[in-house]
Amino acid sequence: MMSEMQDYASSLSDVNSRKFETFSYLPEMNAEQIRKQVEYIVSKGWNPAIEHTEPENAFDHYWYMWKLPLFGETDVDRVLNEAEACHQAHPNNHVRLVGYDNYAQSKGAEMVVYRGNPV
Amino acid sequence: MAKSYQAGVKEYRETYWMPDYTPKDTDFLACFKVIAQDGVPREEAAAAVAAESSTGTWTTVWTDLLTDLEYYKGRAYAIEDVPGNDEAFYAFIAYPIDLFEEGSVVNVLTSLVGNVFGFKAVRSLRLEDVRIPVAYVMTCGGPPHGIQVERDIMNKYGRPMLGCTIKPKLGLSAKNYGRAVYECLRGGLDFTKDDENVNSQPFMRWRQRFDFVMEAIEKAEAETGERKGHYLNVTAPTPEEMYKRAEYAKEIGAPIIMHDYLTGGFTANTGLANWCRENGMLLHIHRAMHAVLDRNPNHGIHFRVLTKMLRLSGGDHLHSGTVVGKLEGDREATLGWIDLMRDSFTKEDRSRGIMFDQDWGSMPGVIPVASGGIHVWHMPALVNIFGDDSVLQFGGGTLGHPWGNAAGAAANRVALEACVEARNHGAELEKDGKQILLSAAEHSPELKVAMETWKEIKFEFDTVDKLDVSHK
Repeated sequence: MMSEMQDYASSLSDVNSRKFETFSYLPEMNAEQIRKQVEYIVSKGWNPAIEHTEPENAFDHYWYMWKLPLFGETDVDRVLNEAEACHQAHPNNHVRLVGYDNYAQSKGAEMVVYRGNPV
Repeated sequence: MAKSYQAGVKEYRETYWMPDYTPKDTDFLACFKVIAQDGVPREEAAAAVAAESSTGTWTTVWTDLLTDLEYYKGRAYAIEDVPGNDEAFYAFIAYPIDLFEEGSVVNVLTSLVGNVFGFKAVRSLRLEDVRIPVAYVMTCGGPPHGIQVERDIMNKYGRPMLGCTIKPKLGLSAKNYGRAVYECLRGGLDFTKDDENVNSQPFMRWRQRFDFVMEAIEKAEAETGERKGHYLNVTAPTPEEMYKRAEYAKEIGAPIIMHDYLTGGFTANTGLANWCRENGMLLHIHRAMHAVLDRNPNHGIHFRVLTKMLRLSGGDHLHSGTVVGKLEGDREATLGWIDLMRDSFTKEDRSRGIMFDQDWGSMPGVIPVASGGIHVWHMPALVNIFGDDSVLQFGGGTLGHPWGNAAGAAANRVALEACVEARNHGAELEKDGKQILLSAAEHSPELKVAMETWKEIKFEFDTVDKLDVSHK
């Protein structure tokens, strides 16, 4: 028996419709899931970085850098601590974790790990 | 010492079979699979192919002596058995770089796969692979932007991108078509695509389609806060008309347009790729007609060659086959040609049918597009096979969702993200795929219904064009 049809709830007026790219269609990550993503970035040899923005400006290419990327950092806890510190300093903002792949001259990974308050 | 002129027909192998020749780094190399007519020795058939695809004609002519044919001729330099095929053999031929106009895929193909394919001395002929010297690669424009630039423009990182071809492929009005686009994009897809058959027919002229699709993109972007695109097909009857449509797409702010490179032709494609580079427009390439050329294992042009030609001619996306969907495509062979699209250097790898090393110099890569008969249940295998630098396109697998396109799109997006997340956590996607999807469906009713809808669909026909492997 197929489930009954549901409306797809999404609209311009509902700020909860706003997404923020990779993993934004999954439930918010818990601490263990965030740790595993940092481990993945480190295992790839990418440079971790933390960025944040007000949710209303999330569409912009450039978010605010939290300090500088953690070049060569392989200590997962240090990366997690910076993400946490950024979140504490900007509790209403989206905080994203980036893995800079300097060989591809691109970001190998980018995901929001703390979700801000939608406005 | 000067030669004297002697009219008449010589055996090709006297001139064109050179087993001691060592190819130069600047030579074009080609590997043909040859089935010769009965009684024609392999060396003679290989030499004939070398001759007819370079300087030779059927008889000696006096004007041969006005040039240095020894320099300009193609050289058959090796012959190998074809594994699993006692009739056929591989002929390896080297061509000097001077035979080809710089930056002209058209000129390269006119020689390599020109008259020689109708040549009587061979029963069938297939161009299996080519090695393009890097010196020649650097004379070609290649992809207008490449993978890294596209990711930056579209703001998509750390995952494959998601697309959908709008269906029914013919007959929708422009406004209804735009509705279908909008629903897909608001549901979480990155791209939608014109079907290749959609150009500018009476039921939907291109200008109205472009206008309504652009409104759909803009609204979906505002609603989701994510960057979106639709491959506006500018394939047209004439180059003038093609450029007119491309200019209009740019004028209204579309990020990406589309071209069919084989039916449209390489002249049109190369020109359009150059236009895209100059105008900051991404270029999606469809491959209608490829199976006519590449499906017969004994005659035609292998798709890995068509892939290399497209990378030289220019395109940011190219359809690659899915391995797992409804269309033909051997897994190892497909892995071979998606490497040829994306990597800066590809090693010879006979297990994937790659006959030569290929150095692409600084030419950007092309993103492979997996499209055709795929749905959420294929997602774990697709993410594993294609990796992040790909576009996965679900047509029926989005539009056929019982709750509509937006729900279908959301189902695919959730499935994709769940697979990428699990992969990053160290999961083996093709082994753990079912559990990954079932867990993801617990918080996504759209995915749950998609999984109920498509569970039983399978495509299990055998591949016609298999890699050449030993049968003994």
